[in-house]
Formats: sequence, structure tokens, C-alpha cells
Amino acid sequence: MTLGRDIPLRIRAIEALSPSLKRIAFVAADGNPLPGSRPGAHIALTVPGIDGAHRNSYSLVGAHQDRTTYEVIVRRVAQSRGGSAQVHEALRVGDVLSASPPTSQFNLQNKAKKHLLIGGGIGITPFLSFLPVLRERNLAVEMHHFVRPDEVTVFERLLLPHRMPTMRIHAGRAVGIEDILKGQPLGTHLYICGPVGLMQDVEAAAYRLGWPTSNIHQESFGASGGRPFIVELARSGRKLQVGENQSLLEALEAAGLPVRSMCRGGACGECLTQVLAGEPEHRDHFLTAAEKSNGDRIMPCVSRSISPLLTIDI
Amino acid sequence: MPATFKTDETFRGAFNYRNSDEAILRFPFPFTEDSYMYSVNIEPHVRGGPTGAFQAVFDVDEHYVSECRERALVLSQDPNRCIVLPHMLAAEWDTLELIMESLAADYPDHFSLTRDGLQWRWINRPLGIDDTFVFGDPSSLPFPPFEYITRQAQGDFTLQDQREDNLFVDGGMVTTQADWSLEFDVGMSFHEWHGPVPVAHDLGVFDRALQFLLRIQHDHPVRRLNWTMTVNPRLDTSPENYPIWGPDRTTITPENVGEKLHLRVELQTLFRLPRSNAILFGVRAYLASLNELVRVPKWGRRLHRVLRDIHPSLAEYKGLPRYHQCAVNFLSEYDDGAVTSMGIAPDTNTLS
Repeated sequence: MTLGRDIPLRIRAIEALSPSLKRIAFVAADGNPLPGSRPGAHIALTVPGIDGAHRNSYSLVGAHQDRTTYEVIVRRVAQSRGGSAQVHEALRVGDVLSASPPTSQFNLQNKAKKHLLIGGGIGITPFLSFLPVLRERNLAVEMHHFVRPDEVTVFERLLLPHRMPTMRIHAGRAVGIEDILKGQPLGTHLYICGPVGLMQDVEAAAYRLGWPTSNIHQESFGASGGRPFIVELARSGRKLQVGENQSLLEALEAAGLPVRSMCRGGACGECLTQVLAGEPEHRDHFLTAAEKSNGDRIMPCVSRSISPLLTIDI
Repeated sequence: MPATFKTDETFRGAFNYRNSDEAILRFPFPFTEDSYMYSVNIEPHVRGGPTGAFQAVFDVDEHYVSECRERALVLSQDPNRCIVLPHMLAAEWDTLELIMESLAADYPDHFSLTRDGLQWRWINRPLGIDDTFVFGDPSSLPFPPFEYITRQAQGDFTLQDQREDNLFVDGGMVTTQADWSLEFDVGMSFHEWHGPVPVAHDLGVFDRALQFLLRIQHDHPVRRLNWTMTVNPRLDTSPENYPIWGPDRTTITPENVGEKLHLRVELQTLFRLPRSNAILFGVRAYLASLNELVRVPKWGRRLHRVLRDIHPSLAEYKGLPRYHQCAVNFLSEYDDGAVTSMGIAPDTNTLS
């Protein structure tokens, strides 16, 4: 499956929400209505950089029925692979960037009896597009958001338009995940978005308590970078270096090998690639636990290699 | 684009329906080769294709005005032909937007959409409609948004909600169906509503099709053709009205088969809807009599071979047994044994 053609977006406004968070509003550079988007959708934005273009996925925050505006919030990460640092330092109002049309694997479940949102840090972004819809439809919602103690006020401000009695912002991880999950009524759907550690903890707690897989939904922003490794392309014998600030997918693309991809966050399964030798470090949500332990497949958009050399069937 | 619309056609009672020469040549003949079996025959739904029926997102032809009137008539007698479950409201607006944008882009002489923010003006000249409304506000339209726009479109539509790695038929406008009931199926999962289809389950067709459909992306619609046969040019062959049309199957004779028996082709389209993540399924039915179809020599030959060799279970499921042999005998007169070209194109610009 391929995505539609990229759309040109012009930056209409940039707003600093905190020293590390910026909200960016885009309008269509060609004057056409933007493609409609659903709650939880993201776009893949191409950000030009000194060391080549970076393509990062960002959730669209807020619903714009009239299709005039997209908004994203970008956190500048310490070990930026280039994308977020570039967004924070180089982009200016009026710049035109290229982006994929919105897509999503992180969707509101229409028949859920209750929606339980658990997030951490910048993982708030898809929830910012969920909340107005949940409120408009008058659905049962509970939200817990975990943030660093010094960022409580930043996130309180972001959530102010969506305040409801069942919303809690937690400074640090003092509150137990199991305590949140334990009291939920049958038919509750759980949505998780945030740092990998938090997501793993919440997912594990949900399974311990017997939650069905079909009621657990998560959005990953992909762990950024890791130890460098070498990838060997079995069909040509070519070897490529995957840098510590680069995904395997980006390394393949940079070498002119366009692997088909869609979500770039380990969820959709589009970039699935066969592994012939070496031990993958799985970071995706697409492969099952059994498939991961087999070690013969990898999602190069997020996953890396434990062994110094990984041989793939490309 | 049709220059004129036939405004006096009827699809019931005394029946008044025929295809012009242009309409025959643009017919979406469904058989790509001389035999037929189920397959996941899905392709991208892009403008352009082997006949004129594939030139628009939603094909409008000379029968448009009459078909919309037939739909209104069915709804006046049986309002439950249009059902949308409450959680599908976002999908209703998605559908309205998609159909309005597509018709206005494909047929600017007949339809126009003007947007000022959320204030929209919709003009449908063939039906004499000029409405201004607020997108997202159901109270600003005379019908709920899905019913409003599908009353102005040819063919049936269903809305599928996506959840639990499955699709659920949670809404629809179904007045021109080949013997299935929305009221019976509404709320069912993909495998449930396909339960009655023979053979295909064993071939794994539905498992593969579902996996494909779950991954359809916005702006990348797909299509497939399906077919059956209908006695008389009747659009509403519903289970609800079986007592009315079921007995028609016994009326086929060697003398009337060419005129009375129609190939019914469904141009089925599937669209991912942007706000709701639902899938819109369009089932656009085309009818052509055997007499009309055999005027394209390739189609006459091929239809003979397909019907002659069809799998008995499929013939049964499609309701053919009563008149099957009669149709094959009639068509054999038009099959000289010549080789036919691959694909569905008529291979001619004029009719015999």
C-alpha cells in the first residue's frame, strides 16, 4: 500500500510552549483544502537538514473540520536524529515543507463503553485530537498523563481547553499503573502513548490484569537511535553503516533503496523486511511476540540490531 | 458525461427501461476471460478504464434521474432501507463530502459545490436541488447527511466501521440490491455478512480480502466488479420484496429470454473515509438485457461460455437454475467459437 502524493505545507505560525516544545501550524501551500484527518492521525514531515532531509511522523493535534489547518507539537529531543533539532532551530514562518497525507493506526474505538487514555510527556499529542471528539460525543473518558515535575504547568496549560473531572496530570510515576487499570468497567478501551518504558509498563500491567488484546491500543513515536551497526544487503552484498542518529529505514533510503513504508512508527507493517542473519532488536508493535522471537523479520522504521552485523533480504 | 437524462424510466410494474447505444458500449462488462470463478479481483479505483463506466469517481449515466426517483419510491414504502447506527455520524459527513466533491469535479455542468468555511452550497441541476447548509450541523439539511446525499446518487452504499481488526456494516442506503437485506445485516462483521456466499470461504477469499480492506488508505479507493442476473430491469430485488420478484424467475421462455433476462453488474467501490476511519462501500448496479449485450459480438460469445461452464454452486447462489439452460441456448446462437481478446473492452465502436 502506498500513501498519496506528498502535500506542500506552509508554516503559518510557530509558538514556543516551553523551552523544548513548539507548536507549529501549517496551511496548504497550494491553496487547496487539506486532506481530512481523523483523531489520532499523523503526518510524516520532511525536514531539510545539513546532513540531508529527515522524515519524522508527528500527530495532528486538534480537529479542523474546515480543512484549512494542520497543527503539530514537536519536542526537541536531546539525542535528536536531526529532525526535531532542525524543527526547533531552523524552521521559520512562511517556510514550505513537504508532508505525507494524514494516516493512522491509532484510532478511537467507536463502540467502547469507556475510553481510558494513559500518556506520558509528548505522547499527549494524539490525545489532544481525541479529547474534543470524545467530549462532543459525550463519551465516558478517563485520562492519566505522566510528566516530568518541572513540566506540570506546561501540560496543564495544554490540557486546559479539555479539562474534565476524570483527567489527572501526574508529576513523575508515583501513581501505580495497576491501580488505574484495576477499577475499570468491562468494555473499557485503553489507549497508550508516550515513552517506550511507560508504554511497556502499562501494556504489561494490562495483560497481568487480564485485559484482552483487542482493548489495548498504542501509538509509538519510535525510539530514536541507538548503537550503530552494519546492515548487509544480501542480494547485492552491499554493506551500509546505520548511524546512531539514524533509523535502519533511513539508512536504506539514503543509499537509494526506497523500502515501502507508511507509518514509520512500527505499527502498520508496511516496511516488513526479511532477516537472513544477525539478531534484530525489535522495537515495533506490528510483529507478534512469536514472530519477534523467531528473529527472521524486522520493521526497519524503528527496529535495530543487537548483533554488530544484520543481513537482510534486499 | 450524459448529454441528456431519461426521465420517464420505471423499474417495476410495466417496466420502461432500455440502454442507448452509448450506454451499451460503456457497460462495465464483468468477465475478463471466457470463464468465471471468485477471486480477490480488486484494483485501484482510478479514472480511466476499459469502458466509459470507469471515467468518474461516481459514475452518472443516462438513467440517473429515473434511478433517484425509484430510490425515493422505495424509501417511501420502506424507510428502513436507509439505516445508520448513531456512532457513524462522522462517517455520514465524510460520505456527503466525498460524493459532493467528486460529482462537482467530474460533472461540473450538472453539479456544483461552493464552500465558505463550514457554510456550503450544493447545486444538483438534474434533480433541481439548490441547498445551503452548515457542514457538521445535521439540522441544516432536510435529511440526515448520509441519506441526503445518497438519495442523489445511483447505486447502493454501506458504511463499515473498523474495530477489533474487523469491519462492521453499521449503516447503509440499500434500495437496488441483489437479494440481501441491510436491515438483517446491519451490525454484522465482515465474515458474518458474507456467510451465505458459497465456495469463496473455502478459497480463503474473505480472509485475504478483509486483510486488504483493513489497510485501505484515504485517497486510494479500490474497485471490483460483481455480477448476477435479474429477470426484468428491476433494481429492487430485495428479500423484503421477494414475493413480488421471485415468481419472475418462472416467466423466462425461449421467446422472451433476450428481452427479459438482464445481466446485472455491480461496480463496487471502497473508500477510506478521512475523519471517521470508516469504509464507504459503493455498489453501483448496471442492467443490460441479453439482446443489448449480444450487440457487442465479443460479449455475446463470452457470456455464452461463462454461463455454459459456470460452477453449479455459483449458479445456484445467483438464482440461475430456473432459466440457466434457456439463457445458454439463446446465447449459443451468438457464439461462433472465435477466440476472444483478454479483458472486458468491447473491441468495437459500433453495435451490430
